Amino acid sequence: MLAAACGLIGLPYGVLADSAGLTMAQAVALSVFTFAGSSQFAYVSVISGGGNPAAAVGGALLLAARNALYGPVVSPVLRGGAFRRAVAAQFLTDETTAMASAQDDPTDARDAFWFTGLAIMSLWVAGTVAGVLLGGILDDPGAWGLDAAFPAAFVALLVPHVATRAGRVTALIGAAIALVAIPATPVGVPILLAALAVGPGMAVAARRRSL
Amino acid sequence: MSWTALVVLSAGAYAFKLAGVVAGERFADRLAPVTALLPAALFSALVVTMAVADGPSLVVDARLIGVAAGALAVVRRAPMVVAIMVAMAVTALVRLVA
Repeated sequence: MLAAACGLIGLPYGVLADSAGLTMAQAVALSVFTFAGSSQFAYVSVISGGGNPAAAVGGALLLAARNALYGPVVSPVLRGGAFRRAVAAQFLTDETTAMASAQDDPTDARDAFWFTGLAIMSLWVAGTVAGVLLGGILDDPGAWGLDAAFPAAFVALLVPHVATRAGRVTALIGAAIALVAIPATPVGVPILLAALAVGPGMAVAARRRSL
Repeated sequence: MSWTALVVLSAGAYAFKLAGVVAGERFADRLAPVTALLPAALFSALVVTMAVADGPSLVVDARLIGVAAGALAVVRRAPMVVAIMVAMAVTALVRLVA
């Protein structure tokens, strides 16, 4: 189900990558080597909006930074030789971490990690290829509502992060920063600035703890 | 798009993933309060940006209505695939009618 969703949002990613001027090889290379949907989408949407490439890479890397936190979360799964751990690192995503950490048994967790990782990788790449091809055929991707697919997917990804009061405060302030910054700063910068919302969010979390 | 940007982005993204695996829990403990909230800030900013921004200008159009419909589906506990399809269908429909 999760992998199917990844295949589905691979489509608009491919279409957007095509309209941003990426070649098929570049769009697929990003899906295989960067393999971080939110970073890829942030990158191509900034580029297709006419934004500065450095700001695009900066915003995309900031989004990728959270993957560093997934390593420790799934560390029991990643046991093994240096090579296996290095390969496993590439498969760290929101989805594989979520699936692996949902299992109690370490063997089940390892299976869930690899199964989810491989399923998502193949469908994500397949979706990308289909999307780039589709982008070449469609005169107006907007007529199919493709531009609404990725924000809708991110609403779904956002939901688990607003379960706490601190999460909700952070999300609201982040959204407000983005709204104010969009007309005022170069494309891509609003998402970088929104990271500042973590400050007030942490204050809310600290106050809750001290009560 | 240049291949340079692609290499920088891929190498950077992988470096973050590998750093987490190598550094383990010690590293994560200190950063945990920040990283726990970072997705909330970034995802909501991304949703806003992708729903109303057109380059540097704000636009309210069919896309926003579609995203709102998709969000409603998410709140109603629809699976992600369904929410995405609702968002696309509503956006396409509003554009067709308008």
